[in-house]
Amino acid sequence: MRGDAGSMTYLRPRDPEEALRLAGECPDALALAGGTDIMVAWNAGRLNGRSILDLSGLDDWRRVSTTRDGIDIGALVTHAQLIRHRELAAGWPLLAAACATVGGPQIQARGTLGGNIANASPAGDTFPALAVYEARVRVRSSRGGRELPFAEVFAGVKRTHLAPGELIVSVHLPRPPEPDRQLFRKVGTRAAQAISKAVAAGLLWTDSGGSVRELRFALGSMAPTVRRLRRAEEFLRGRRLDKGVVSEAARLLEEDVSPISDVRSTAAYRLRASQNILRGFLEGRLETP
Amino acid sequence: MIRLSVNGRRRAYAGPPFARLIDALREDWGLTGTKEGCGEGECGACTVLIDGEPANACLVPMGQLDGARVETVEALGTPERLNRLQRAFAEKGGAQCGICTPGMLMAAEAHRRAKGRKDREGICRALSGNLCRCTGYKHIIESVSAALKGKK
Ligand SMILES: Cc1cc2nc3c(=O)[nH]c(=O)nc-3n(C[C@H](O)[C@H](O)[C@H](O)COP(=O)(O)OP(=O)(O)OC[C@H]3O[C@@H](n4cnc5c(N)ncnc54)[C@H](O)[C@@H]3O)c2cc1C
Ligand code: FES
Ligand code: FES
Repeated sequence: MRGDAGSMTYLRPRDPEEALRLAGECPDALALAGGTDIMVAWNAGRLNGRSILDLSGLDDWRRVSTTRDGIDIGALVTHAQLIRHRELAAGWPLLAAACATVGGPQIQARGTLGGNIANASPAGDTFPALAVYEARVRVRSSRGGRELPFAEVFAGVKRTHLAPGELIVSVHLPRPPEPDRQLFRKVGTRAAQAISKAVAAGLLWTDSGGSVRELRFALGSMAPTVRRLRRAEEFLRGRRLDKGVVSEAARLLEEDVSPISDVRSTAAYRLRASQNILRGFLEGRLETP
Repeated sequence: MIRLSVNGRRRAYAGPPFARLIDALREDWGLTGTKEGCGEGECGACTVLIDGEPANACLVPMGQLDGARVETVEALGTPERLNRLQRAFAEKGGAQCGICTPGMLMAAEAHRRAKGRKDREGICRALSGNLCRCTGYKHIIESVSAALKGKK
């Protein structure tokens, strides 16, 4: 079956207040941002008869602003906007690098950061970067707003902890201290337009003696939701990155993920690929400039 | 009523707001240069420019286009007066069956206007949202490269 335009109820609020009121009145309405996920489902005939709450007219949610403490990215900001954003590239380059791997230029020009998050795909390519930058997701409903640490946004495959009537307004990234090493890597079947088999982001701070002060490392496509490698991060604190230590960290990686085999890859390949990425990063062979 | 500009001409659209841009272009306005390959955002055959940025017309509902400026392959040139990209595709074998060509041209046009990189990698990246089943891409990339480097 195909999408039937006549069967849809289409709501297009002009400002955030109207959007939140409509979202409260019609909690079943599906929010629409860039449509790069929704329109695919609609074209396949899976959304006929639904109500659509089109957020694309809310210019207030399309802005990026930086302060001394961090950067605020409106939910409707597109991947293309983020790729071009100078201050993002300077302070949070892993997110800019991630956005540049989402689909091709057409998808980047329409797809939004809010839509990427709300879609909650296990393979969301921005998620490892958002996880290591310890993003905070600001949501609002007609009853008020709250802020979710990024680690608490996802409930499972394609599910978030947003309540009915709640919309993502913006994403805040605190400004991290300058890392000594950083990495974004996407493993896919081809460079562009491919859903990732594994995707990784890492930030490393070392002290003058070369011991690890802090590691933050996150993996996507390796579990129902994005995972920080808490065990490896904890283990490495205060240690020098010699051979045995790196091997132990790669082994510990396994305890924080639960990869599956699917049409794109096998669990064993995913595990090995992500262990190789972690090793390469810790050994200084893999880096994002 | 949704008002927009299509290839420089003002258009008013009164159909269902959730109809897709590609259907309005092809069925309501007879602009059949824009092709539908997959209907899933994968192939890029339906690429048009919306406010100067490349977009898949199969993924955009008309309701999002009030006040927008849409450009399709018909705006690039005419059979008598091909634009530089079109001429390069014709001369360098950038088109075989032609289904992907309008989308390739529009993605390349977006890249040209954005003053994107003219080397192979830059062109490949600009065309990474477009699939071609015939040419193996080599001639397409050469066509775009020739058009970007060619002197006026
Ligand atoms: C060909 C193709 C390739 C792709 N490649 C990639 C890829 O490589 N990596 C990747 O991560 N993704 C990819 N995607 C998926 C998609 O493009 C991204 O997830 C994109 O960021 C979605 O944003 P959107 O604005 O288009 O979302 P929409 O389709 O508008 O919405 C997606 C979901 O989010 C909800 N939503 C949107 N905005 C809000 C909000 N503000 N508050 C609450 N809910 C909201 C919607 O209700 C819907 O459930 C691809 C898609 C296609 C079609
Ligand atoms: S038809 Fe739109 S991307 Fe294939
Ligand atoms: S020329 Fe046939 S698909 Fe590209």
